[in-house]
Amino acid sequence: MAERSFAREVEDLKLGAGEVFRGEGILAITKALLQSGVAYVGGYQGSPISHLMDVLADAKPVLDELGVHFESSASEATAAAMLAASVNYPLRGAVTWKSTAGTNVASDALTNLASSGVKGGALIILGEDYGEGSSIPQERSHAFAMKSQMWLIDPRPNLESIVKSVEDGFALSEASNTPVMLTVRIRACHVHGQFIAKDNKRPAYSMKEALENPIRDLSRIVLPPMSITVHDKEKLTQRWPAAVNFIRDQKLNEFFGPDEGPVGIVLQGGMYNSVIRGLQLLGLADSYGGTSIPLYVLNVTYPLVDDELARFCQGKSAVLMVEEGHPDYIEQAVNTSLRRRDIQTRVAGKDRLPMGGDYTAAVMMKGIESFLTEFAPPLLGNRPPIPSADLVLASPEVKSLADVVPARPAGFCTGCPERPIFAAMKLVEKEMGTHHISADIGCHLFSTLPPFNIGGSTMGYGLGPASASAFNVDADKRPISVMGDGGFWHNGLSSSVGNAVFNKHNGVIMIVDNHYAAATGGQDILSSRANNPLRSTNNSITKAVKGIGAKWVRQIDRTYDVGKMRDTLRAALTSTEEGPKVIVASSECMLNKQRREKPLFSKSVKDGKRMVRERFGVDEDTCTGDHACIRLSGCPSLSLKHLDDPLRDDPVAAIDNSCVGCGNCGEVSEAAVLCPSFYRADIIYNPSRTDRIVARVRSAVIGFFQQRRRVRRVSFV
Amino acid sequence: MNTYERPITLAILAMGGQGGGVLADWVVSMAEAQGWVAQSTSVPGVAQRTGATIYYVEMLKPSDGRSPVLSLMPTPGDVDIVLAAEFMEAGRSMLRGLVTPDRTTLIASTHRSYAVGEKEVPGDGIGDPLVVVAAAGIAAKHTIAFDMQTLAEKNGSVISSALFGALAGAAVLPFERSAFEDAVRSGGKGVDASLRAFGAAFERARSGATEPVVRRVESKMEMPPRSVGQQQLDALLERLHANLPENLRPMAYAGLSKVVDWQDARYGNEYLDRLEALHALDVEAGGAAHGFAFTDTASKYLANAMAYDDVVRVADLKTRASRFDRVRREVGAREEQLVYTTEYMHPRMEEVVGSMPKSMGNWLIANRRLYDGMGRFVNKGRRVRTGTVFWFMALYMVSALKPMRRGMLRHSIEMEHVAHWLDVAKGQLPSNYPLAVQALATRRLVKGYSDTHSRGEAKFDRVLSAVPMLAGRTDGGEWLARLVLAALADEAGKALEGALSTVRSLSD
Repeated sequence: MAERSFAREVEDLKLGAGEVFRGEGILAITKALLQSGVAYVGGYQGSPISHLMDVLADAKPVLDELGVHFESSASEATAAAMLAASVNYPLRGAVTWKSTAGTNVASDALTNLASSGVKGGALIILGEDYGEGSSIPQERSHAFAMKSQMWLIDPRPNLESIVKSVEDGFALSEASNTPVMLTVRIRACHVHGQFIAKDNKRPAYSMKEALENPIRDLSRIVLPPMSITVHDKEKLTQRWPAAVNFIRDQKLNEFFGPDEGPVGIVLQGGMYNSVIRGLQLLGLADSYGGTSIPLYVLNVTYPLVDDELARFCQGKSAVLMVEEGHPDYIEQAVNTSLRRRDIQTRVAGKDRLPMGGDYTAAVMMKGIESFLTEFAPPLLGNRPPIPSADLVLASPEVKSLADVVPARPAGFCTGCPERPIFAAMKLVEKEMGTHHISADIGCHLFSTLPPFNIGGSTMGYGLGPASASAFNVDADKRPISVMGDGGFWHNGLSSSVGNAVFNKHNGVIMIVDNHYAAATGGQDILSSRANNPLRSTNNSITKAVKGIGAKWVRQIDRTYDVGKMRDTLRAALTSTEEGPKVIVASSECMLNKQRREKPLFSKSVKDGKRMVRERFGVDEDTCTGDHACIRLSGCPSLSLKHLDDPLRDDPVAAIDNSCVGCGNCGEVSEAAVLCPSFYRADIIYNPSRTDRIVARVRSAVIGFFQQRRRVRRVSFV
Repeated sequence: MNTYERPITLAILAMGGQGGGVLADWVVSMAEAQGWVAQSTSVPGVAQRTGATIYYVEMLKPSDGRSPVLSLMPTPGDVDIVLAAEFMEAGRSMLRGLVTPDRTTLIASTHRSYAVGEKEVPGDGIGDPLVVVAAAGIAAKHTIAFDMQTLAEKNGSVISSALFGALAGAAVLPFERSAFEDAVRSGGKGVDASLRAFGAAFERARSGATEPVVRRVESKMEMPPRSVGQQQLDALLERLHANLPENLRPMAYAGLSKVVDWQDARYGNEYLDRLEALHALDVEAGGAAHGFAFTDTASKYLANAMAYDDVVRVADLKTRASRFDRVRREVGAREEQLVYTTEYMHPRMEEVVGSMPKSMGNWLIANRRLYDGMGRFVNKGRRVRTGTVFWFMALYMVSALKPMRRGMLRHSIEMEHVAHWLDVAKGQLPSNYPLAVQALATRRLVKGYSDTHSRGEAKFDRVLSAVPMLAGRTDGGEWLARLVLAALADEAGKALEGALSTVRSLSD
């Protein structure tokens, strides 16, 4: 079960023709898929398209009614391979994932899909995780489109354009027998806007019909000579021209502003809003998209439509190519296209715009200003003052903020069961020295940040142990590698564990099992412990690794037991058994657990049931303010406070009311022999009669002795 | 083409889990209900997990049926309203150029949620909020800042409601209060509590009252009373008033209270004996010119040194009635609820022998096999349920060892340590007053229990070892203070190592 419920948003998927859809970009795409008569949808969750997967998972009744098949794919490769259903059958299919991370994983299947070509529209929705707030390396999906000859749509970032692009995408795919990629940047995925809905459409041809009427066409199979003589030729002579014609005829790219002008701007659709704002700040556009500079908006960024480009550039002394990210693939293509036709329009672009990073309105403003200053200065007019924070930023008061405003990267949540695993690792390192630690993708990667500072590399999802495989040599220390349950099922079982077993790797493999794909929003996976009526869960990781031959396997079902975690890790590092030492450290993701249990707890309390809530506290008079506990925990609810005691210099630890009582801080202070300041408070709601009687007896006895001492104590306080 | 008409721009700086998304949704739904076009964007994903994140909203009226083209990211120098859900996040908004004096209203909660980088420092790594205050003074057109977190909690709600109320109260959006409240109502969840917090914040923002931001709570420095109506204590007070100048008495009183509470009135007299002797030296060394900083510092750290943390102390504190009450208060337990505490303790042999009479303890330490054998039995984590009669009595009996403390091994070790420390400080007093004062203040480094304690003492020893090197320098005191801060900067002592090598190079 995902951490967020989309029950309300699912209602929006049912909107009919003429009704106004208001919501997030990613939900608009979901609605657009249903309006396009899609027959099947798959994908792998990840920012920024997790919500697309989650909303579809919650939308089963709507999908069932339309006859749409949806599944959460095991990986992006699985999702891409799923599109094979559109190769032989007129079925519209869509898959989605985070790009470029997922596109890398999927590229094997994509290559074959692009070679075979498709009969039914095949759409790949890429959540482009690029720029500020991204969680992956900064690469472009554009390269995949070019290398495999797939088409790339990059719509203007408003809901209407995005929805239209989904519909156009299917049509383009069918017109050119080619899979189409639709890229949507992070902010566009999460942009709130509106569009006029259409009725949902049942698929024209159903999955059932296809399955019962199989089609086999040897020419669609990727095998020499077909892939060379048929597919490659088709790509060049049929599919490409068909796509270019479709894009031109259906006017997928857009022109704005005056027909004529001394200069113009060519831009990716996704850059449109930033360009307009940049122009507006320079006094060259209004808030409604009216512009005095001609714009050629590439809603399809691959392939280029050469005639359109030529028509736009002809008669202009220069154009500015606005293309986010590097390398400047489109700018190169534009230059080539113009040179081939001997059009002398100058192409400006990366010579004045940054090679990398977000193309924000501020960046656009500066780039366009520089472009116009060189090629058409009269357009800048009397140059109204442009917004700037430079003066403020240069002031000593603001500059000195840099010394006090702390970095605040993402970290483990309050009560996270992964924290004790890394606390245990730190304790082992104190005993046995530092080790080479290969990290992996997932929440556990936060262990590389303060306060844990554990982990030296990350190579990709489920590849933590694989990335330690070179260290399979005799040495006094063993490598430790970490992998999450999400990564394990995505790829790690074979690529990491299987590989280690086969090669008799002696390293330690720590599999962090929090019962969900937690980093992407808590989706269920094979080993999730909940009963999911739609999926098969409760498939044990321990059994799986034993099944592929791992011998030394330890399962810990309560990671909060820091002492046990530490001892198990120590045993793994010292065991003489051959082959990988696998520890499956398993406790439920606290975010998901709280989401499930909190309402139940409140309800029980309301109903008058006896309930016990645990939370932790620190005795401020025994805490000495060394903060060793924080260096072994980092829990958001474990914080600091200054006391008004003039004898104290440093703030003491304090636990706030957001504590969920996981016990990590107490276990850590015990295992690391820190201090006796931590206590657990069991708060009994609606105490029973027995509780009250026992409490009365206890407090009578305890109270007697406390009173006795209080009377005898000689003290100012 | 009217290029001057522009959308209202609003940025929300928050941490994951603070409800910034809810707040952005309220703003959007309110604007839409008023016939405006509104657009919000954010970057959730992993940034959501306690990391800093920005939500951005733009809104504008449609014109002639044309919808505006709105930006997805704030432009520095072009933001009308910044809402900061935490005070350092307000600082971050200014660092990013989102707050400019020509247009930006800054609405910030003054409460702090410390970042890991601030918390993990062994000393005091908390960022100074006054820097944010100073920056806001020049960067913002108008600032509304108060503790919205506490206000929201008091009204049973979360900070997003309070921020929304402050936004309404700031009267920077062209919408009536009722439009704001309708947006909260249409959200549907916890409406009553949200509206209460909203209303309180609205009034607060409207009143324009700001509250002073402080880096830390003021220390409670009280002039000691003349009498507390108890003979032994009054004798101590009389001594304090008679023998120390007035400006030194508040700190000395705090110290005296601590040591008496730690042991007994006699121990208070021992404290005053030492302190008065130090003060006599201070007077001799011309301390009057320094406001007797030596005595003042001594009164603070001597008390801490004499009231070291041992098992007796911990058992005493854990079993007090006042502590039981404090726990109930801290966990917010209601009258009818029962609260039991479980202490996480891990006694070691060091604590056991420390509590033995000196000779016996030393004998046991010398008898390694017995010591280790007992260690296997003693040295493990124990969950002590203080609210049960059995465990309470166990702790109570440990705390009852108090009268025997002076004869315990640990006491003799601590007192030797104190004597050495005071000797170092006293040695510098005649020749280098500031250095002598700082030598006393080095005691700040001794803290914690077991390993932490040994690490603290090791740092203390290393810093103190620099005193002879600095003896000849007029700025020796400043250097020693720097060494103390360096020792508190990180656990491994890297900063201290660097600072020490600088000090060594000074004397070359």
